[in-house]
Amino acid sequence: MGFLLETLIGGLMTGLLYSLVALGFVLIFKASGVFNFAQGAMVLFAALAMARFAEWIPRIAHIHSKAASNLLAFAAALTVMVVLAWLIEKLVLRKLVNQEGVTLLMATLGIAYFLEGFGQMLFGSDIYKIDVGLPKDPIFLLERVFPRGVLVNKEDLYAAAIAAALVIALSLFFQKTATGRALRAVADDHQAAQSIGIPLNRIWVIVWSVAGFVALVTGIIWGSKLGVQFSLSVVALKALPVVLLGGLTSVPGAIVGGMIIGVGEKVSEVYLGSQIGGGIEYWFGYVLVLFVLLFRPQGLFGEKVIDRI
Amino acid sequence: MTTEGGVQDQSGVRPGQGSRATERRIGDVLLRVDRISLSFGGVRALADVAFDVREGEIRAVIGPNGAGKSSILNVINGVYVPQQGRINYRGVDFDRMNPHRAAQMGIARTFQNLALFKGMSVLDNLMAGRNLRMHAGILAQALRIGPAEREELKNRAVVEQIIDFLEIQPWRRHPVGRLAYGLQKRVDLGRALALEPTLLLLDEPMAGMNHEEKQDMSRFILDVNDEFGTTIVLIEHDMGVVMDICDRVVVLDYGKKIGDGTPDEVRDNPEVIDAYLGTCH
Repeated sequence: MGFLLETLIGGLMTGLLYSLVALGFVLIFKASGVFNFAQGAMVLFAALAMARFAEWIPRIAHIHSKAASNLLAFAAALTVMVVLAWLIEKLVLRKLVNQEGVTLLMATLGIAYFLEGFGQMLFGSDIYKIDVGLPKDPIFLLERVFPRGVLVNKEDLYAAAIAAALVIALSLFFQKTATGRALRAVADDHQAAQSIGIPLNRIWVIVWSVAGFVALVTGIIWGSKLGVQFSLSVVALKALPVVLLGGLTSVPGAIVGGMIIGVGEKVSEVYLGSQIGGGIEYWFGYVLVLFVLLFRPQGLFGEKVIDRI
Repeated sequence: MTTEGGVQDQSGVRPGQGSRATERRIGDVLLRVDRISLSFGGVRALADVAFDVREGEIRAVIGPNGAGKSSILNVINGVYVPQQGRINYRGVDFDRMNPHRAAQMGIARTFQNLALFKGMSVLDNLMAGRNLRMHAGILAQALRIGPAEREELKNRAVVEQIIDFLEIQPWRRHPVGRLAYGLQKRVDLGRALALEPTLLLLDEPMAGMNHEEKQDMSRFILDVNDEFGTTIVLIEHDMGVVMDICDRVVVLDYGKKIGDGTPDEVRDNPEVIDAYLGTCH
């Protein structure tokens, strides 16, 4: 029983990490109707920037406090992501206003390849580490209930708290603010949004900046867990079933979707893996999503697409 | 307040068309498009089109399909940039408009093929139309701090008035994608009205409507014009409606202007009869 609980909690935590990446997808989709294939590359890019700045800044500025240099590196990396958002708007999106969704999708594919190459050219292509002081030690819970307690990774708990805070903030932003309303309006119809004076260009810079911020937070958490390396851009593939399951337009959906897939793949790996040969983790999410999409094409929490004919 | 006695009364005692025209004051020229030419690749959409719109009038643009009616509307609010010609709005010349600036200067529009924010409620669609009047910072909005809250409430009050005016109260919270077509057209108009425009561009506001819906929409357009003094440029196919509610009519055919004048003048213009009335009806 203790072991099952441990597996569940482990799965939930991993799921929340998927959710963080998924959140980036949802943000951009909600606010511009674009499925942003570059989200994974943005995570890698942001993590590389963070790792390298944390290395360079203390050396250049002679700062010895780790907290201070991490904070500076975070600010610098965030600036880089905002500049990136601005460039993407200026050089790519602005030219593609009122184009088909698929055109924009291809453009983000291009951005993804560019970022992967450019990021490694700029920041190097070795494996770097990010150390923002997330505690690595495991803790044991409920020792009185179960014989050996339930093992939980403290780092995962922090990550979960950060994910939760981000989701609450972003949900408020989208549902309760006039800017959030403008973002949703842009997602539904570019031309109509323009006609009521919503400045498309500024909106896009805002939303890509926020997605860049989410990518940075994701990059830091994943990076401090796994190290910053090229394979980080592949975590986006893990997030793909998560967004589809949760619904492309739902911020809470990204979280719930992440948790379902995280728990599902861990539990099935542990309890079924030995019987059918393991490796379930790698395809579980995709198969689950395939199944769900048969019944709910908009995902669990997505907005239903209604078209009058 | 919510029953909007004013609107009901006025529609009840609406005077005949003749007296309406005399009682309403039509002012100076508000908008002048001057020798506009627009082409897409080799296709000429507009050739040397020029006309003016006076303050407070209802101006129709008519013409057969593909005559360039929507194009001229898109030039006025800056979606298309013409290769030649200029736009004079409130006495200022512009070589080109852009939609954002047009909205800031009080030009609002509706769309031929509904371009609503389908996933959002009626209320949110109209509130989005108030976007230009929301100035509070993002953080203040999220936390509902004093000025941001007051701003939201103030704009909300205006939007509620528009909702009452268009008689769409029961659907306030519905996602617009689920509303009947005629209602969606009203929401489209409402969103444009939320800008409190000086000049309202309506692209086929009655397309696809039945007789009753057309009457409702005509009434709304006349009321907007009467009560708020909004100048209206509208594209319409239904000649009956055009003759009834418009002060002056521009006729386009193959991107050229072939007629301009009061409904009666246009109706008697042989070129117009040839190009439009003759072939269409």
